[in-house]
Amino acid sequence: MPESLAGLDTFPKLLMHHARVRPQRPAIREKDLGIWQTWTWSRFADEVRAMACGLAEHGFKRGDHLALVGDNRPRIYAAMCAAQCLGGIPVPLYQDAVAAEMAYPIQNASITHAIAEDQEQVDKLLEILPQCPSLERIYYDDPRGLRHYAQPQLMSCDALRELGRETFRRDPAYLETEIAKGSSEDTAAMFFTSGTTGVPKGVVLTHASLIDRARAAAEMEDLGDADVVLAYLPPAWIGQNIFSYAQPFVTGYCICCPESSETVMSDMREIGPTYYFAPPRVLEALLTQVSIRMEDASALKRALYRYFMEVARRTGGALLDGRPVGLADRLLYRLGDMLVYGPLRNVLGMSRVRVAYTAGEAIGPDLFRFYRSIGINLKQLYGSTETSVFVCVQPNGQVKADTVGPAVKGVELSFTPERELLIRSPGLFKEYYKNPVATAEAKDAQGWFHTGDAGYFDADGHVKIIDRVKDVGKLADGSIFAPKYLENKLKFFPYVKEAVAFGHGRDRVCAFINMDMEAVGNWAEKRNLPYAGYVDLASRDEVYELVRECIEKVNADLAAEPELAASQIHRYLILHKQLEADDGELTRTAKVRRRHVGEKYAALVDALYGGAQTVHVEAQVRYEDGRTGSISADLKIRDAKTFTPAAAKKAA
Amino acid sequence: MQGAAGTRAGAPPLDEGARRVGEVILAVEGVSLSFGGVKALTNVSFDVREHEVRAIIGPNGAGKSSMLNVINGVYHPQEGKIRYLGREFRDMDSHEVAQSGIARTFQSLALFKGMTVLDNIMAGRNLKMRTNLLLQALRIGPALREELEHREAVERIIDFLEIQAYRKVPVGRLPYGLQKRVDLARALAMEPRMLLLDEPMAGMNMEEKQDMCRFILDVNDQFGTTIVLIEHDMGVVMDISDRVVVLDYGKKIGDGTPDEVRANKAVIDAYLGVSH
Repeated sequence: MPESLAGLDTFPKLLMHHARVRPQRPAIREKDLGIWQTWTWSRFADEVRAMACGLAEHGFKRGDHLALVGDNRPRIYAAMCAAQCLGGIPVPLYQDAVAAEMAYPIQNASITHAIAEDQEQVDKLLEILPQCPSLERIYYDDPRGLRHYAQPQLMSCDALRELGRETFRRDPAYLETEIAKGSSEDTAAMFFTSGTTGVPKGVVLTHASLIDRARAAAEMEDLGDADVVLAYLPPAWIGQNIFSYAQPFVTGYCICCPESSETVMSDMREIGPTYYFAPPRVLEALLTQVSIRMEDASALKRALYRYFMEVARRTGGALLDGRPVGLADRLLYRLGDMLVYGPLRNVLGMSRVRVAYTAGEAIGPDLFRFYRSIGINLKQLYGSTETSVFVCVQPNGQVKADTVGPAVKGVELSFTPERELLIRSPGLFKEYYKNPVATAEAKDAQGWFHTGDAGYFDADGHVKIIDRVKDVGKLADGSIFAPKYLENKLKFFPYVKEAVAFGHGRDRVCAFINMDMEAVGNWAEKRNLPYAGYVDLASRDEVYELVRECIEKVNADLAAEPELAASQIHRYLILHKQLEADDGELTRTAKVRRRHVGEKYAALVDALYGGAQTVHVEAQVRYEDGRTGSISADLKIRDAKTFTPAAAKKAA
Repeated sequence: MQGAAGTRAGAPPLDEGARRVGEVILAVEGVSLSFGGVKALTNVSFDVREHEVRAIIGPNGAGKSSMLNVINGVYHPQEGKIRYLGREFRDMDSHEVAQSGIARTFQSLALFKGMTVLDNIMAGRNLKMRTNLLLQALRIGPALREELEHREAVERIIDFLEIQAYRKVPVGRLPYGLQKRVDLARALAMEPRMLLLDEPMAGMNMEEKQDMCRFILDVNDQFGTTIVLIEHDMGVVMDISDRVVVLDYGKKIGDGTPDEVRANKAVIDAYLGVSH
């Protein structure tokens, strides 16, 4: 970055800097009434000044917390900066949380002021008002439907801004002084982590840590004020906040807020972001849409698509990585780019994407390669709320489907003997709010953050995350067993809906497979394979063969990884029913409850290890209307081929 | 349009005038309508007050749509009269009715299926356009300025009814529930003082019905539009109406608040049938 940001150690200082240096450049856009409306950096600064002065007039002071409840809107981000101007701490909350879930953060941080996007959010805040006596003021952005609300706590953002303008006119020096008082070690924001493990924890992040990480990644990717980002994920999630607040403040790039959650696709095409983030599920949904539309296309288009996607699969990734590609393939790819990849990127709204990230969960290698092969520079990153996101990022030219990349500049990594990933980074959080016990558990005396994720460095020094530490077990011979890693690998095959791997304390790994009824059903139909229903299809030898091929591919992959070669799957069976949350086999977020499944189907597990060829099973099922019934079946158990590590290496 | 930067949905000018129920603006007095020997309406009288939600309910063939068509100026009653805003008339044609601020939606949708949502709603602005066809076709001078104004009004309605995602989709490709919403949008584009809704919830599932109810109440609340709606689904109507008229075989058998109507013996008989 050519411009010097020395001394600009807080977000408000950065904002005022951009308002001086690039007053007319776009800072934030929002589609309103069908037209993209732009706030320049100078306008952004004006809005922030007015809101900050208004908040100060209403008693918001240094150290106070401001709740932000809403989708990506310019006002939400302006309010965030306004709170920081006064030395306050913005606390973004998930806009789709139910009212009861919002009560805890508000009580925990004794929040006094809140900004709500619209009537829906105002209603939620009013509902929990009796439990949250600290909450004194609620400001709303969109007045629709709020005309008849007479609560004394309520005020529109417009009125707050007018009040602030007036105050600012009377005493412009006040705000300058307040901003100047801010220091890099002040708390910049607090993010509540979702409470999947107990009560939510407020992660306290300083200006220094957020700015440091935002800048490190921006320098790595060479981001500048010409870049554009579409802000479409919840602002309460640290990732969106980094991409739509911290990084634009560091680089001066522009963020765009879609009109509504349903219009994201078309808004993205109109905006053409250059920097993009999407979790794997979004990328998968996009690919599914493309595939469905291709099915409906004319025969010529389908043939072109098939042919050129094959070309792309061969050469696209290599071209992106700068590896050598033959002239013929290069020309073919160029032609494909004109006919297929270019239009496809355009439909996806990714024509201008220079850098795209995905993170959050394991991404299927085929899905990952699809985007890279059509020329989208999709990379993986690793991070969490506690680390201000950027811990590992794959540098250009070193992109792999199954790692999260090496450490970003400034980050130190190490692994405990239990293979837990430890992180020391300037981006680490200060503490969990009012929770010294949890803080001490997560961050040790030497400043290492314990992630709870298990993994290791691969041969190129990339970090590979395999599972949560608490789920990682050991085989009888002492080699590690990461069930989630195996299950994910299996689930990347379309025919496998769920998989449950067993092996902790055993001499080898065995697995339950849950077939994907839709995919296997289609496959059977195409092969004229008649079947009577789920149980019947699942017990077919042909289906067992199909699954065996999947497992053996996974085994071949595993054999190539010295750390995990012992985890190859020796025996498997296909379950006679889908694993269901209603039967307690999955969590409500559709994650396998491995231990519970193991106990419920203990007889099947014993049969897997006992060497039987079939096993009889009878199981209770609960139907959607609450009735229960039972299914009985004879399940076959089959062996899968395993590979010796050395041989697989030669083959690879 | 540029000046609208930063302001969001529901701002003036459409935002004026949500007061609570006011004076009578429409009175139907002793209206009878027959087609040859078939008596569709017999001596029906009721009134509609400004800003209220007034429902006309009744079983199939009760004369609900005929009643709406009479108010709308499509049918001309043989007897009785209608007073609208103090003006008395018996046979006003539908164009005049529209100009006097009454808009309606249709049971069988009246949309241009091949045109986009945006264009359909723009068509609803037609009455408000002042420049002539030639200028509009050439999009020059005052016509361009006017189009911008109308486009903004239409965008406010799109925002209001939350159909941004379908702005440029041809209406024929939308599901039925959404088409109904577009039909409402088209009627709203006239900025009517009174809105006649003909079975706005027919053929919808429960969720779509709830959405529609919310929009009807929002329109009434936000713009102060008086709403007359026909519906045969009693449950839905009772929840959102201020007053209800019940018709059966062309005769009025009940009139009052939802609670009064619900307790009315004649209404219960008409809906549930009586043993003779």
